[in-house]
Amino acid sequence: MIDAYSIRKIILEQCKRADVGHIGPALSIADILAVLYDRILFLPKPDHANRDRFILSKGHAALALFAALFLKGFVTKEQLDSYCTDGSLLGVHPEIGLPGVEFSTGSLGQGLSVGAGMALAARMKGERHRIFVLVSDAECNEGALWETVMFAAHHKLSRLVAIVDNDGQQALGKTKDVLDLSPLGDKWKSFGWEVYKADGHNIEDLTDVLKGLNTETGPPKVVVADTICGKGVSFMEGKVAWHYLPMNDEQYSRALRDIEANR
Amino acid sequence: MRRALAKTLMDLARKDSRLMLLTADLGFMVFEEFAQQFPDRFINVGVAEANLVGLGTGLAMSGYLPFLYSIATFASMRPYEQFRNGPVLHQLPVRMVGVGGGFEYGHAGITHYGLEDLGIARMQPNLTVIAPADAFQTIYALKSTYDLNGPIYYRIGKNDIEIVPTLNGRFRLGRIEILCEGRSLLMLSIGSISIEAWKAAEKLAATGIKATLGIVSSLNPAPVGDLQSLLPNFDLVVTVEEHYIQGGLGSLAAEISAEFGWKGRLLRCGVSRNPGGIAGSEAYMRDLHGLSADRLVYSIRKVLDEAHR
Repeated sequence: MIDAYSIRKIILEQCKRADVGHIGPALSIADILAVLYDRILFLPKPDHANRDRFILSKGHAALALFAALFLKGFVTKEQLDSYCTDGSLLGVHPEIGLPGVEFSTGSLGQGLSVGAGMALAARMKGERHRIFVLVSDAECNEGALWETVMFAAHHKLSRLVAIVDNDGQQALGKTKDVLDLSPLGDKWKSFGWEVYKADGHNIEDLTDVLKGLNTETGPPKVVVADTICGKGVSFMEGKVAWHYLPMNDEQYSRALRDIEANR
Repeated sequence: MRRALAKTLMDLARKDSRLMLLTADLGFMVFEEFAQQFPDRFINVGVAEANLVGLGTGLAMSGYLPFLYSIATFASMRPYEQFRNGPVLHQLPVRMVGVGGGFEYGHAGITHYGLEDLGIARMQPNLTVIAPADAFQTIYALKSTYDLNGPIYYRIGKNDIEIVPTLNGRFRLGRIEILCEGRSLLMLSIGSISIEAWKAAEKLAATGIKATLGIVSSLNPAPVGDLQSLLPNFDLVVTVEEHYIQGGLGSLAAEISAEFGWKGRLLRCGVSRNPGGIAGSEAYMRDLHGLSADRLVYSIRKVLDEAHR
């Protein structure tokens, strides 16, 4: 089973071992990835022809993806423990070559476009798989993303599903202070997408919404998942600094206790 | 070359069902027949070059062979990062076609002048960079490279009429095609401007200066072997390109010749300053920037006169 607690624990362990940051953005998508990898994605093998595709377009949360791929059995413990070591495929952003990574991300605003190309190809070939792309709310600052939003709606790419990690936070502040995105769902809707809302930390709610999507027909779908940056670790939640900071020993112990308590 | 491109893509699409053509809303009077014959494999994605490349990336990952089309400036620069992180990094068979390099868009001005596309393209390792000299070479270049592994940038000229004499469409990836041989100097040319290089060589020959003229049609892979065998025979090498003199053919020749210790003189004929707001016909702009046959002859004679002084 792939569960959010295990993903969070791996995020904390690996960040501590490697003494690196990007903890907040990884924690905020732990529940979304748990639901996707445990309940939604058809993914028997990383190279299965009919597998559902998943692109983590907000590549800076790669550690959450590595944790899910480890729990899925695609990535070994040895590979996982190489996170942020010299010569490792597992860096701060997902790189092609690691089983389960469909596309190298790290530059925001490109993942949805590649997903749209995959969805177009699937439709032309009559293939049934779906394409899920997880973007961050701040990634919606990127103009290139909206080129794809327009295209996917115009061409009714029904198998394309975007999930917005809507944590209201970006690198240097709150999204509403930096570049206000609200009303985010309405923006996607006005571009022609079918818009759903979900509590990005409620496993059952996420499951219901994602399982309920009709990807056979109609416009592309977007799930705006409300999240909290750093979710699960009390002193990180909603704090911009935890986009970057690594943990000291005391913070690490407290963080582990927090996720245990919220298990 | 545009019509040669359109016709060749139709020929290739007929025999290879993977081939797709995506345009960012350009190609009026060029792709109508392709769109009619292959409606499922032609998409106008709108004026959206970043998405054009992302779509091409996803399609290529799914087994298609997408040709992406826009004007050279928009094709090469607007989605440069998307191309680097997508088709180049993932080594996917995406083909970016930049139409109308150099001053081919004439009165359209600097936003439409492709003056750095070849340079920035060849900087990417494993990105094949091809710039045919005329319509015939376009056909052969496309047919012999369209299904190569990995990504390709093609700079395709607009002119289908002017044919470079004696080239006869010859094209070999990473090689130099020799048009005429002489001992006085080596001229190397790339792309549409090759017709001016040819005329310059003829004018020089009429005054007793015999040039060897070689057409370079791919900067990546670079014609390293041919340059190594040709250069030692000459004291003067002149590169001719409708491109900034930094980064393109002249830079390539400088890099390679310096690396193997050639001691001669290199004259890089290209665009050496930003054209600013000044626009004009292609012929006018070429002349203004020293790339007309007459201006090439003048520059070459000047260097030769200096050498003999």
